[in-house]
Amino acid sequence: MKTVFEFTRGMLPEETTYCPGCTHGIAHRLIMEVLEEKGLLGETIGVAPIGCSILAHQYMNIDMCESAHGRAPAVATGIRRAQPDKIVFTYQGDGDLASIGTGEIVHAACRGEQFTTFFINNAIYGMTGGQMAPTSLPGQKTTTTAEGRNTEVSGNPIRMAELIATLSGAVFVERVSLDSPANVRKAKIAVRKAIEVQQKRLGFSFVEILSTCPTNWGCNPVKALEWLRENMIPYYPLGNLKCPEEVK
Amino acid sequence: MSGKVLMKGNEAFAEAAIRSGCRYYFGYPITPQNEITEYMSRELPKVGGSFVQAESEIAAINMAYGCAVAGGKVFISSSSPGIALMQEGFSFLCSTEIPLVILNVSRGGPGVGSIQPGQADYYQATRGGGNGDYHLLVFAPSSIQEAVDLMPQAFQIAQEYRNPVMLLADGMLGQMMEPVVLFEPIPADRGEDIPGIKPWALTGTGEKRPHNVIKSLYLKPEELEVRILERHRKYEKAKKELVRYETVGLEDAEAVMVAYGSTARIAEEAIEILAEEGIKAGLIRPISLWPYPYEAFDSIPDSVKAVVSVELSMGQMLDDVKIGCRGRFPVSLSGRAGGILITPREIASNVRKALGVER
Repeated sequence: MKTVFEFTRGMLPEETTYCPGCTHGIAHRLIMEVLEEKGLLGETIGVAPIGCSILAHQYMNIDMCESAHGRAPAVATGIRRAQPDKIVFTYQGDGDLASIGTGEIVHAACRGEQFTTFFINNAIYGMTGGQMAPTSLPGQKTTTTAEGRNTEVSGNPIRMAELIATLSGAVFVERVSLDSPANVRKAKIAVRKAIEVQQKRLGFSFVEILSTCPTNWGCNPVKALEWLRENMIPYYPLGNLKCPEEVK
Repeated sequence: MSGKVLMKGNEAFAEAAIRSGCRYYFGYPITPQNEITEYMSRELPKVGGSFVQAESEIAAINMAYGCAVAGGKVFISSSSPGIALMQEGFSFLCSTEIPLVILNVSRGGPGVGSIQPGQADYYQATRGGGNGDYHLLVFAPSSIQEAVDLMPQAFQIAQEYRNPVMLLADGMLGQMMEPVVLFEPIPADRGEDIPGIKPWALTGTGEKRPHNVIKSLYLKPEELEVRILERHRKYEKAKKELVRYETVGLEDAEAVMVAYGSTARIAEEAIEILAEEGIKAGLIRPISLWPYPYEAFDSIPDSVKAVVSVELSMGQMLDDVKIGCRGRFPVSLSGRAGGILITPREIASNVRKALGVER
């Protein structure tokens, strides 16, 4: 009998704490699959800051640390200095990266740090129970915008991939989505390229991953995928913003 | 051992860190400690180390955390308001038990305050400005030589205790020049030796061992309490092993001054002024501020009539002096604030007042 599929060794056989329909599990698995395929599981160090995914180390079978809210890019900067030969990544949510941690992500990208950031954008604060995120859409109802996000008060959502792409130190920037099998496959290609950029030490690589939060969006997992597709993708267009020749 | 050299405090501190085997420094400009950051930017690359100018003190402490988590021997420095910004990180490093050496070249506060020397960070250093049950291990040198000699010990204690160690200096120590004898450099850890020296460090599993995890979040209260109790035992051990102080002339003293850092040197001059007037004054100089040398106060003879805490603040160490005295003696403050150095004559006057003999 020929083995046609094996669950990646990058994921530990643990039941996750993530809600049903949450796409963290898919994002975790894509990263771990890429690392396993490249033989890098033993050579990788990950950083998971505050947010639902702070417990990613319970599931990812690699050396990992937690970090304070928003600070993962600074932590990864330090890890990179002590471990210059390893693969280093941060895995950050939107409240973490696009609100409290804007300083750290912008400057890590500006310095052209040799690590990869996976940015999970689900347009809401998940862990704390559904408050408005910097990426919440205009009119989106959250527990702190019961009538919908009012752009007169809160401004418009931040497009982080576009912002990061303006910095010369960031050499690979792509936005992907986990709303369909086709998009999941594209997401995996982007994850692979981002890791290759790091392997070749070309500069900072950034993958924004549009994700769902059915619990705090107040809908079931299938509806959540539809909501992402119909509402988030128009505001956050998918595609590559920057890619070095070496990994094209 | 090298010969005596004349060095500015801040540069001597930086050189001592490098000679202690430190190869990583993360800093953000702030007066009066900029010479350290500049020295590290210039000298660390020469010995194969790394310097990063961080975008903020918050980033600097988190870079330090990341580097130390990955096995690096890390030194950071800042001054009072910058140290305030790092408090979240100190709490985090204590919770995750990551070694680090921190230098605070303290200045006048609160707020932006002044850039002149101050000692008003005593609470921040010894009581913890961050959240939760934790302690930094804090030592206060009173000369550049003592700071230099404390540096390798600070790295050793940080590693042994897996806890950040703070050297609390002040703007005067940082900015003045003194002759100093530098110790022979201690070799830096080799990368391949890190997993053996620090088996907990994130060095990559090599798929040969279970993954290492450095964590601070414990959602189950019972698990968190176990971790806090473990650390508490460590702090109790520190109270037995790390207490350091010096005393001067306690035996036949009428009054005892208590002072740390450069202020202790001013207090020593006050002893001479008082002696000329026929008043015998002694001095307790705490070197470890946490754990605090409470036992030093037990050797104050009952005949002493007054104990005076001498500080460049409105009375912060005063609390520890009172704890140490256990109600045996009246305790008062001789302090200046705002970045003003206290003079020996002012201290002598305050001691006379405390004794009720001020004319």
